Amino acid sequence: MKTKLALTGLVAAGAAALTLGAATPAAAEESLTIVSWGGAYSDSQREAYYKPFAKEFGVKVVEEEYNDEIAKIRAMVEAKDVTWDVVDVDMDTALQGCDEGIFETLDYGKIGDRSKFVVPSATDCAVGTIVYSTIFAYDADKLADGPTKIADLFDVAKFPGKRALQKSPFVNLEWALIADGVPAAEVYKVLGTPEGVDRAFKKLDTVKSQVVWWEAGAQPPQLLADGEVVMTSAWNGRIYGAVKNEGKNFRIVWDHQAPDFDLWAIPKGNPDLELAYKFVAYASDPKVMANQSKYISYGPTHTDALPLIAPEVLKDLPTAPENMKTALTLDPQFWADNGDQLRERFNNWLAQ
Amino acid sequence: MVSAAASAAIVRTADGTPLKARLRRVDRARKLKAVGLVAPLFLFILLTFALPIGTMLFRAVDNPEIPATLPRTVAALAEWDGSGPPDEAAYAALVADFKETQANKTTALAGKRINYELPGTRSKVVAAGRAAAKLTDGPFKEAMIAVDPIWGERDIWVVIKRAGRPYTSRYLLAAMDLQRDMDDRIGRVAPNQAIYFAVFVRTLGISLTVTLATLFLGFPIAYLLATVPTRIGNLLLILVLLPFWTSLLVRTTAWVVLLQTQGVINDALVSAGILAERVQLIFNRGGTIVAMTHIQLPFTVLPMYSVMKTISPTHVRAARSLGAGPFLAFWRVYFPQTVPGIAAGCLLTFILSLGYYITPALVGGPSDQMVSYFVAYYTNEELNWGMASALGVILLGLTAALFFVYNRLVGIDKMKLG
Repeated sequence: MKTKLALTGLVAAGAAALTLGAATPAAAEESLTIVSWGGAYSDSQREAYYKPFAKEFGVKVVEEEYNDEIAKIRAMVEAKDVTWDVVDVDMDTALQGCDEGIFETLDYGKIGDRSKFVVPSATDCAVGTIVYSTIFAYDADKLADGPTKIADLFDVAKFPGKRALQKSPFVNLEWALIADGVPAAEVYKVLGTPEGVDRAFKKLDTVKSQVVWWEAGAQPPQLLADGEVVMTSAWNGRIYGAVKNEGKNFRIVWDHQAPDFDLWAIPKGNPDLELAYKFVAYASDPKVMANQSKYISYGPTHTDALPLIAPEVLKDLPTAPENMKTALTLDPQFWADNGDQLRERFNNWLAQ
Repeated sequence: MVSAAASAAIVRTADGTPLKARLRRVDRARKLKAVGLVAPLFLFILLTFALPIGTMLFRAVDNPEIPATLPRTVAALAEWDGSGPPDEAAYAALVADFKETQANKTTALAGKRINYELPGTRSKVVAAGRAAAKLTDGPFKEAMIAVDPIWGERDIWVVIKRAGRPYTSRYLLAAMDLQRDMDDRIGRVAPNQAIYFAVFVRTLGISLTVTLATLFLGFPIAYLLATVPTRIGNLLLILVLLPFWTSLLVRTTAWVVLLQTQGVINDALVSAGILAERVQLIFNRGGTIVAMTHIQLPFTVLPMYSVMKTISPTHVRAARSLGAGPFLAFWRVYFPQTVPGIAAGCLLTFILSLGYYITPALVGGPSDQMVSYFVAYYTNEELNWGMASALGVILLGLTAALFFVYNRLVGIDKMKLG
């Protein structure tokens, strides 16, 4: 009995010593938690930003993934327990988060020259990192004579089969109107009227039964590869990733592509503010930013970075001149004002 | 006389105390010991279950945004009768409130809350906040109406007054497809917005279908497991339990691979010549039910198996020897003894199915989404936790009501898990 007690005591003491000993070394290295969208995009950020940053500054970069769940950030900020240091957000989230006080107001003195960023991408609470574009793509192995313009996406007669669209009214409503004949320059004027919105939804009704709705960026190339759909809207870099890394024969249709920005934001109340700023400043350096285009076909948002990109990479970027010919200019202010009702209407339309 | 006789008849213990008192003392000690044993678990459940659920339920009626951002305006509107725009004092209060919200960066929160009742006004409130912060002295009424004519109409003031109350029924009404109009009357929302009733019906329907499917598929399996020799039975039991060790997400994704148009099942059926053309098995109701049934099967099978194992095989043999045919013996002797297990398994599966989110999201189409999808959507993307909580409250209420009915029909004491 006594020896048993003694033994258990020894084991317990040993375990305690081990855990205490193991706890201390980990605290020595600084760590930064960066949150992004996963998939091929995060892979490119790892190569272009996280690894070189970790090496140069001796900081451990912890990666996390999310899919635009701004609620998590809001919960953290409200609970005053912010564990995400830097978040890669889209334009809508950047504006909404800034309005609702979820992100820190950025001090551009610590980041770089604000005027050098492509115009709408340097906002009060977030600084631009990439130019990506929503396009649509098809598998050239399955469709030898593929679609060439946006109206083809909605033309079930000419190109029968399922399509995949993002589960959001964003860009889909604009494309529906353009496919219905509205000139691109007047899209937001028409969409601002109730009849215009009805018209867009009526056009979407024509393909509704044939649509598979995707939510995560990695789904469109997967759906295309599985043969589940004949064409899909997607973020261009993800299709490029499937072509380059997996040898798929996907073709992107650049007609009426919708270029948009991703930005870095820092949640408010972040305990590691200086380290977060260090990373954002590093990632906003034009030389570092230009590096990312090697890994994924997204363009830089710093005007000094564009000339640093190799010409064979340039042609796949959304900002290449031949791709920009019919590009649609998105209106973030329109979506900030009307996004709530349009999203609600879209969800109701989907659920019926 | 009676009392004397009665006191003479009191039973006493060895040390002289009345037996009744002694019994009471022992009982109390036993009860305290029992409470002491249960107390840690009770506290744990209280903290990790009851309290969070209570907070969620509270959020469904909580209305903090406007009282926090526009307190002076709400106070100024207390005496307002609701017809026509209010007086100058309300506008002055509004400007004072906006100056503060602009400083605290909370104007957009007020705009968002007002936008729930009056769509399209979020940007107007944000713009008004920005303009009001620049105003220095009155009269404020004309200045605000000049910023936007909406401030001269009664609608937005009705909304502010209504949203200024500490508790609101707005989210609960919206979760039932109802709304209050400007005159405080409750009515149905526009038909293209009325989706929640259908969603609840759909959720209950899918859960019931899955429960019945697992019952019909699981009963033979449980019977087999309970009646074969123990060694084979244990092996088969391991096969039933094996999916449990795989993550739910992995199992659902496996179903995606199986059910795809270019997937395994379609490939097999087409190459075997049974089908001429590939069938749509995924992103529809059929695929959802199949995947959910597969995932819920162990939950139904295991309680039934445990109960069946306790049924002695001699009962059926006795019934047969007394002249009953095989079906009659099964139906009158064996089946009633399995009802407690069936009741437990089905209840478990039904309630679990009500809360399903991942499987319909990955395998179902947009018209197969259950309530939990909308709860997740409002929590994560719309940041409308009031609406998410309201949907949760209604689901909880429905589940409680159904359980009450179930209890009346079957009885909780009649359920056994083994």
